[in-house]
Amino acid sequence: MNSLILNTISKTLLPLLVLFSVFVLLRGHYLPGGGFVGGLIAAIAFILHAFANGLNETKKILRIHPGFLIPIGLLIATLSAIAPMIITGEPLMTGLWYEKDIPILGKIGSALFFDAGVYFVVVGICLTIIFTISESV
Amino acid sequence: MTWFASLLPISLFIYFSTFAKGVMNGEIFNFFTSWVPSLGINLDFRLDNLALLFTLLITGIGSIVFLYTSQYLKGHPKLMRFYVFLSVFMGAMIGLVTSNNILTLFIFWELTSISSFFLISFNNTEKASRKSAIIALTITGLGGLALLAFGVLAGQMTGTYSISEMLQSPEAFASHEYTGYLLLFLFLATFTKSAQFPFHFWLPGAMKAPTPVSTYLHSATMVKAGIYLLLRFTPHFEANPQYFNIMLIVGGVTMLYAAINTLFKTDLKGILAYSTIGALGIIVFLIGIGTSASITAAIVFIVVHALYKASLFLVTGTIDHQAGTRDITQLAGLRKVLLPLSIAGIIAALSSGGFPPTVGFLGKDLIYEATLHGSISPALLTTLAVITNIFMVFAGLLVGVKPFTGKLPEALGPIKKPHFILWFMPMILAALSLLFGLFPSMVQSLFTNNITPLLTGENSPHLAIWHGFNLILLLSGITLVFGLGLYFLWKPSHQKEDAIAKIEGYAPKAIALQFANLFQKTSYFLTRTFQNGYLRRYVMIILVLLTIVFGIHIFINPRIFLSLTEIKSLNWNEIVVLLMMLISILFTVFTKSRLTAIAGMGVLGYTMCLIFIFYGAPDLAMTQFSIDTLTVILFVLVLYRLPKYLNLSNKTNRIRDAIVATSFGTFLAFTIIEIMNENPVKGVTQYYAENAYTLAKGKNVVNVILVDFRGFDTMIEISVLAIAAIGVFGLLKLYLKKHEK
Repeated sequence: MNSLILNTISKTLLPLLVLFSVFVLLRGHYLPGGGFVGGLIAAIAFILHAFANGLNETKKILRIHPGFLIPIGLLIATLSAIAPMIITGEPLMTGLWYEKDIPILGKIGSALFFDAGVYFVVVGICLTIIFTISESV
Repeated sequence: MTWFASLLPISLFIYFSTFAKGVMNGEIFNFFTSWVPSLGINLDFRLDNLALLFTLLITGIGSIVFLYTSQYLKGHPKLMRFYVFLSVFMGAMIGLVTSNNILTLFIFWELTSISSFFLISFNNTEKASRKSAIIALTITGLGGLALLAFGVLAGQMTGTYSISEMLQSPEAFASHEYTGYLLLFLFLATFTKSAQFPFHFWLPGAMKAPTPVSTYLHSATMVKAGIYLLLRFTPHFEANPQYFNIMLIVGGVTMLYAAINTLFKTDLKGILAYSTIGALGIIVFLIGIGTSASITAAIVFIVVHALYKASLFLVTGTIDHQAGTRDITQLAGLRKVLLPLSIAGIIAALSSGGFPPTVGFLGKDLIYEATLHGSISPALLTTLAVITNIFMVFAGLLVGVKPFTGKLPEALGPIKKPHFILWFMPMILAALSLLFGLFPSMVQSLFTNNITPLLTGENSPHLAIWHGFNLILLLSGITLVFGLGLYFLWKPSHQKEDAIAKIEGYAPKAIALQFANLFQKTSYFLTRTFQNGYLRRYVMIILVLLTIVFGIHIFINPRIFLSLTEIKSLNWNEIVVLLMMLISILFTVFTKSRLTAIAGMGVLGYTMCLIFIFYGAPDLAMTQFSIDTLTVILFVLVLYRLPKYLNLSNKTNRIRDAIVATSFGTFLAFTIIEIMNENPVKGVTQYYAENAYTLAKGKNVVNVILVDFRGFDTMIEISVLAIAAIGVFGLLKLYLKKHEK
């Protein structure tokens, strides 16, 4: 699509939307949000950019193929799941929490990392599927 | 350098030998690790004398087979794979005979079936191999299911899955309401595994495997797993006469049937297969007699049979390897080129026939001793045993002696001398047959004395080569004379084999194959009807089925209440949203353009998000909103390049679709209304709501459920999504490039 307005606005919107998606991811534990919806928002941000500027431009910004985000996400989620087994010897997926509050983020626990894993997997999946399809039609 | 794989069975053999002394002194070694204690499944291994006997057989014959294979399959491209399967099998077999937990025993049992499948189909480029492997897997797999049923049932009846602890509730095995089922399942499992009539037919087919496999799995060890289980459960069923009578009948039929069949085979391995079935029949028959003497005879015969049959199989393998044929009508005079092999073959054949002074003679002695003192009709039992043994003498001589005597036919061409491993390995086994025969006290001290007295109150018989002149010696003599006579008078030929093939249409194998064909045809028919590849058909079948289910439910039990007050309390904004929904649905259904239909769907999704927001589910609304956006994008991408909207379905189809859709929607709505009227189960919801902050330190219950309470589900879900993405990528990207076409 060659629309000057969409071109310009999408370039500005991309970082904002990605930032927003991270915000949604982080607030998930206390307020509506979470890794899944955050990932979807980030994916939409990139897809909007791709629509306005062409797939190749978006790929340049991403640097890596979005498919690589899937194993990264799965790895983070798996590590956060087995972390309690290694660190404290508790069963799989027991929540581990850091006692003190951290500015901006609030409480940090293994669940947050798990959610981050979900976030990456969702971004990876959406972008892989949509990029693949749009390249092949 | 392939011989190093043999170090595994050899070292295991040495390892298990170190227990021999303790076990002989009556010690029992236990190895216990909890696995799933809440279900009663534990890695509970118990090495008693019966288990030790089998582990020594498995690892001992395993060592010989591993070494033999290193030459037999020398240079084979898949030799390492072969060793892997063989090692898996050996491990599973050791696990099977040492397990004291019926459920872990079941797992090992299945593992032996599966490794056997891979070994039978080792030459997987041949259709016959693949077919035999599937038949074997089907039959033994059926038995495996029965074993699981037996294990679970026995566990329920006795309250434990530990085999040794089950002994403490003898009434479950003797006269419980469900004892009949226990017997049925146990016999189904053991008779399929140990190739008893009418399940025997998978075993001759399994001879398609390379000869070392036939040696190891299909004569010396795996097929004895069923026997092992029968022996293991003999103390449990001691007070149950049915247990023994059924074995007596089935074993008797099997041994006679298989023994007669050996007359009509021309393939060396075919003869050995049927004589193996016959031997298994004899063992089951002996256990069925149900005296201490008969069980001792069965145990000695297991060792005797393993030694001579493995030896004969290896001899056959070497003949096949060197001469290139296993056809008994063509083989003769090989002693001139394969002298050491012929010695091994002849000794094994003598042991197989029960000639003194081999261990086979002892075995036969014990069999006659057992039948003569049998509980029911000793005369009949002894006659059956004599007849079977005559055929066994014949079969042994045919395989072990016939290829080596007479004049070497020129048709065989020049025959090379085998590598020394190829004759030395069968020689070791043959020598052991001779050694144990010369020193029966070794057998006695090694095996029989120390097998737990399986039946109380009786002593096991004394073993000796010379008992003096008595009836047993006479019977042995008769057997040998008639066996020799049969060997000299009956010449196997292809005509005879073809003649018997004509009546095989009524054999159990043909019946089973017909059943399998019918099964296949039915499943083809069902698949073609319900899964014809058109997505619309799948959707319609699912909807129709659900409509029927909902419809029946509502018809039987109508509990739908719509209160006017609730409808009146709708806000104006809710009414607007509902109207938008209705319009977008109608728009989607009646539009003539794909893109507008998609846009209509998108609007519908967004209005649903609004409903979620009105009723306090912001999480759901956010997700639904994003998903809808992505779905519309996906649809547009896919449909962008499709041809113009065409009206492909005719009027009747459209009316049918409309009826299906509206009735499904209506019934679904009714069901939802009904669910709303019920008092939902509060337990789980309340638990999550109350504990979200205390246990998981989160205030957003939905998210806490996703990442913590039900985190494992999420884990699996993202894995599934990842697989889906890889699937899409693979389907669309991994096409052949131009130069690869």
